[in-house]
Amino acid sequence: MTTHRGAALAGIALSAILAASGMPARAADEGTPYPSTYHPLPSVPTAITNAVILDGRGGRIDGGTLVMRDGKVVALGTDVAIPEDATVVDAKGRWVTPGIIDVHSHLGVYPSPGLRAHSDGNEATAPNTAEVWAEHSVWPQDPGFIRALAGGITAMQILPGSANLFGGRSVVLKNVPARTVQGKKFPGAPYGLKMACGENPKRVYGSKGRAPSTRMGNFAGYRAAWIKAADYKRQWEEYEAKKAKGGEEAEKAKPPKRDLELETLKGVLDGKIRVQMHCYRGDEMAQVIDMSKEFGYHVAAFHHAVEAYKVADLLAENGICAAMWADWWGFKLEAYDGIRENIPFVDQAGACAIVHSDSEIGIQRLNQEAAKALADARKAGLAITKAHAWTWLSYNPAKALGIEGKTGSLEPGKNADVVLWSGDPFSVYTKADEVFIDGALIWDRKDPAHQPVSDFELGQPGEGDVK
Amino acid sequence: MSRFALLFAAALALVAGPAAAERIAIVGGTVITMGPEGKLDTGTVLLDGDRIEAVRAGDAAPDGYRVVDAHGKIVTPGIFAANTALGAVEVSLEESTRDTGVSKEAPFSAAFDISYGINPRASAIPVSRIEGITRAAVVPGGRDHLFSGYGALIHLGDAKDIVTHPRAFAVASLGASGAARVGGARGAAVVYFVNAMRDADRYARMRNKNDFKGLVLSALDAEALGPVMRGEVPLLITANRASDITQILKLRREMPKLRIAIVGAEEGWMVADDLAAAKVPVIVHPFQNLPGDFSRLAATQANAARLAAAGVAVTIADESSDGHNPRLVLQYAGNAVANGMKWEDAFAAITINPARLYGVADEVGSLERGKTADVVVWDGDPLEVMSSPDAVFIRGEAIPLVSRQTKLRDRYKDLKGKTPFAYRK
Repeated sequence: MTTHRGAALAGIALSAILAASGMPARAADEGTPYPSTYHPLPSVPTAITNAVILDGRGGRIDGGTLVMRDGKVVALGTDVAIPEDATVVDAKGRWVTPGIIDVHSHLGVYPSPGLRAHSDGNEATAPNTAEVWAEHSVWPQDPGFIRALAGGITAMQILPGSANLFGGRSVVLKNVPARTVQGKKFPGAPYGLKMACGENPKRVYGSKGRAPSTRMGNFAGYRAAWIKAADYKRQWEEYEAKKAKGGEEAEKAKPPKRDLELETLKGVLDGKIRVQMHCYRGDEMAQVIDMSKEFGYHVAAFHHAVEAYKVADLLAENGICAAMWADWWGFKLEAYDGIRENIPFVDQAGACAIVHSDSEIGIQRLNQEAAKALADARKAGLAITKAHAWTWLSYNPAKALGIEGKTGSLEPGKNADVVLWSGDPFSVYTKADEVFIDGALIWDRKDPAHQPVSDFELGQPGEGDVK
Repeated sequence: MSRFALLFAAALALVAGPAAAERIAIVGGTVITMGPEGKLDTGTVLLDGDRIEAVRAGDAAPDGYRVVDAHGKIVTPGIFAANTALGAVEVSLEESTRDTGVSKEAPFSAAFDISYGINPRASAIPVSRIEGITRAAVVPGGRDHLFSGYGALIHLGDAKDIVTHPRAFAVASLGASGAARVGGARGAAVVYFVNAMRDADRYARMRNKNDFKGLVLSALDAEALGPVMRGEVPLLITANRASDITQILKLRREMPKLRIAIVGAEEGWMVADDLAAAKVPVIVHPFQNLPGDFSRLAATQANAARLAAAGVAVTIADESSDGHNPRLVLQYAGNAVANGMKWEDAFAAITINPARLYGVADEVGSLERGKTADVVVWDGDPLEVMSSPDAVFIRGEAIPLVSRQTKLRDRYKDLKGKTPFAYRK
């Protein structure tokens, strides 16, 4: 008993030490067979002073100070004591924001160089591949991660592609260089399930002469899978209920056979895995919402959502985010009705609006995408502040990923995932000067010592060049 | 350009008809002419019909002109989008709406002429012009042949025919893309290219064309490449690796009549001096900074700035022809400035430089007396992502700032309104 209590105490003490040092408790990933091994890079207490601070929740502080220590935001405001041991960065004329979070990236699964051998993003061999996990495709040496870092991206969701009705599990990464994907995994972040509406699945499988070849075929495919998943969930619940009763019946109870595909779908029905659904058309989103009620799950976000503005009220009512581009349109029929005010219209309807990239190029300047959307909002007569618009880039995406308790805004106690911009980040001429992840300086535009180079680019033409 | 093409263009201009002969004075703005008059802190631009009548300092509005107040605003020439599919595609993924290039099975490719398929009522045209795009090169986008055919120049005004210069330039691919199209290796693509030019030359010299048997080209394609071989129209060549550009410059020394421009040129900065010395212009996309393949390991956002600093005539545009968002060239140019390019060079890269590249700088690309009245009045620095046009004039006509997108915006702006959506027009 004593030893037992001692071990428990030691455990508590250890997690307290880990928490104090900003290190993640491994326990956050308990139960996952591929747990995060991420550790923050070394950091020093840092105070950024004289900055325009956007807190990511809609607040703005002019002439503000932000203090970071042990990986966390400690304080921010105009009247903040600067710790004696802090490295002070004078940010006069510069802006500070939470790091940008991209909820829709294929970095690592469709890495650069984009050669056939690197095409790891779509398991386009069956319309339901809920059994695949994006993290098993992620190549951590993708130079795109570092380019995104220079654009102020501190975390991102890597998704399988949209060829399938059920594309597989997503993974949330911290944008830190690491040898393994486990070293980049965001500790404790829930998994997502990538699903896809509309043209892609029906085109990919219809062209192979198999289902689905129509939108109604898509829905039949989703629903059949949810029915199986519900049955699988029931089998496990029956088994667990027997085990919980104890006694002879518990000893005799046999667990149902594990099924990777259904395990992921059950995770959704259990509310543990978040549905991230590629969906362009508003009318399809409305149908998906009904389907989610039919089977008792929740959609975290519609991605691309080019027509979200047509059903923004429905999204608000159902607490669903829309992750959007500022101005992409027309490349396919379901993207034909794109408008430049999509993001602000979703926002104004009271729904959760997110700026996303789906692009290794776009991810490098999501701040500019937000700026375009903001400008269009204002021209359409909406009074939206820059401080509010930043919620599209950090807090709302964090919410869609279920990590808003840890990152996405500058609040005491939250991870110090911070970008110091050379000026107003809503300007085309502004760049990320410094990027901090868990308080550690991961990127410094002016100091090559803080500019990582991926293995792939080492020793190649252009190594170490400004990118 | 051949005499025939010139005559044809003139005939087209007549068919399209002159713009309504309104006299307009754009008064009091900061005028960035991109011409000899440089920048006027307070200036006035006078339009007479479809021509620019005068550009002068001050804000005096002469009598007899409709006055457009531009105080506090920026006045520039219209933007020239240098690599688009505007009018040649409605929905990219729907083949039936795409007239951008020949299919793999087509028996010819160099003779392809995109101008026949350009639709002046394509939805992307109003979408683009209300963002300040007034001119565009419509560039063939075939993927299967080394020569993709002839592109056209268009204006983005409201007219039955918007093609101003059909067959204005031709398009080819070398480097990795050329190798993928012909023979599976660079050594095959270059051999094909050289012999195609020999075919074009031989064809032009032959008395009895019926006897022609090409080394690599059909008679149709050999005939089509005549103007390219004689340097009458520019040839856009896609290539990215520095060594491919060096190779193209070598070919050019062997065929000095060729008027070439290099598209992509992601490693162009490594051979910038050679490009400048050879006076070969480039079309680059300043966002490209990833090693997308082994032909662009040294790609950097500083490419445009370094090329311009070396004296290369830089045009900024997409790398492959874009049918929907050519309006983004302004953002591309702004990012080039953020990465070291001078503002004036970046703005030239979307106005006067493409006009020069395509041989129409005597007509468009700057605000100068006698040029076509393509003028944009901006609410701020046009390269800033939060700026947009307050007024756009194409060939002297004020463009209503309306597109299918603004109509959808207005229809869905108020989700709680009483009028059913389908009745809001």
